[in-house]
Amino acid sequence: MISSLLATPSELTDTASSKCAIVLMTRIRLARNLAGQSFPGWARAAQRLAVLETCRAAVAATTPMKRAANVTVEELSDLNKQMLVERHLISRELSGSAAGSGVVINKDQTLSVMINEEDHLRIQVLRAGFQLKKSWAAINELDGELEDRLDYAFSPTLGYLTACPTNLGTGMRASAMMHLPALVISNHMEKVVRAVNQLGMVVRGLFGEGSDASGSIFQISNQTTLGESEEAILRCLGNVLQTIIEHEMNARARLLETDAGKLFDKIGRAYGILQNSHLLSSGEAMNLLSLLRLGIDLGVFPDDTRAVIDRLFIETQPGHIRHSAPHDLDAAARDLLRAERLRTEFAAFSRPNFILSGRN
Amino acid sequence: MASPLKCDLCSKPATVHLTQIVDNKVHKVDLCEACAQAKGVTDPSGFSLADLLHKASLNPEPAGGMRCEQCGFTQGDFKKQGRFGCPQCYEAFRAILDPMLENMHKGTVHAGKVPQKALARKSLHDRLTALETNLDEAIKSERYEDAARYRDEIHQVKQVAEEPGKAAP
Repeated sequence: MISSLLATPSELTDTASSKCAIVLMTRIRLARNLAGQSFPGWARAAQRLAVLETCRAAVAATTPMKRAANVTVEELSDLNKQMLVERHLISRELSGSAAGSGVVINKDQTLSVMINEEDHLRIQVLRAGFQLKKSWAAINELDGELEDRLDYAFSPTLGYLTACPTNLGTGMRASAMMHLPALVISNHMEKVVRAVNQLGMVVRGLFGEGSDASGSIFQISNQTTLGESEEAILRCLGNVLQTIIEHEMNARARLLETDAGKLFDKIGRAYGILQNSHLLSSGEAMNLLSLLRLGIDLGVFPDDTRAVIDRLFIETQPGHIRHSAPHDLDAAARDLLRAERLRTEFAAFSRPNFILSGRN
Repeated sequence: MASPLKCDLCSKPATVHLTQIVDNKVHKVDLCEACAQAKGVTDPSGFSLADLLHKASLNPEPAGGMRCEQCGFTQGDFKKQGRFGCPQCYEAFRAILDPMLENMHKGTVHAGKVPQKALARKSLHDRLTALETNLDEAIKSERYEDAARYRDEIHQVKQVAEEPGKAAP
């Protein structure tokens, strides 16, 4: 069930065009629990299994989840789990969880519901580009349908009751994955992180808590969940994201003005390495692809190649490279195969045009 | 100051000295190499000095700890895990929860989405349960007029409860 899902086009790997150059994707997740049931981390094995069955059936019965993939964590191979983490469809915590956990994922991989992760339900919507409003509409609808079928743990004063009090209230965490190479190159990220923190938002790496920011990709999300409505939280996050976009654009303009030669050198070299190298770690590949994406935004490469880079961000992750090989690979063999795949991709890629963008 | 400091946990000579300020209170700890490693002190994000002091003071379970009657979760469990045992814990631990929420969130009262349908269903269910209890009692005490009235009301409530189900797509 999952293998066929992983082989089909998805929102992240096959979006026709990325509308927003800087925001790669938008995600919203809602934490929900069943009334009268111990939270997954405290429940006994039998309770967890009972909750899993109740929730799987309820999720599968909703309109958006018709014909969705519906699996328990035990049914997933380690490789499939890794690939789902790389596609942001399950968390690392779920992939490492004991018996009695599961996930339901719709066909285009925009919706996933994790069952018995930290909470009974972690409902997630994921969209390419800057799509807070559409994402909220989609997740609100799915949550509404689930509410018809499940008795949520809810208090009129404290809101949705969650295992961790940091998620209490709306249970909502909204985030955007942002590509901020110019802020990184000009050493302004630290300042941005501090300012964003002061506004009640958090900055993390690509794969959330504790992950590094390879490829200059950062995840920005709301920190607090209680005391404000979902709309107010989303509006505030939207404003912060808009401000960060402006800062990134300014940083790009400044780099072009003051040091265009150095910037184009980075992009040109990245292009050369992607076309010719024979060993590439996933971290290095991310950083090179990130520079090419910056090149696309600056007009060095045609606009329609952005979707190729976004697809490769996912497909060059360790699990995806291992999956594309007929047998198991160690890290060194993966680096060889990754470089080979990228050489093939970039053999046919447009040549850089630095003159055009100089006028930009 | 003449004698070398001893490790707070095992009293070997201490080589790791830490000062941490939590809530404007200064905590100091001296540890030997082995204890520092064992407690994860080398990873500043993964440990709290306050927890360490707590264990060192041989007082693992604070007196008068609260406990959730529904799931058996204790205040000590919450200290260890930072998560609650069940939704009912929010009532059981209300006293320690409120000050915590003030620091954690923008406000302390929910201002977002309300699961209207689930709440309506719950209130119908509660009413039905109450009516059924009344009916049983009325029959037992041979108040047949009351019983008939309760039975009619139950019938009505059940009809209301079924309607939204039918209307759902």
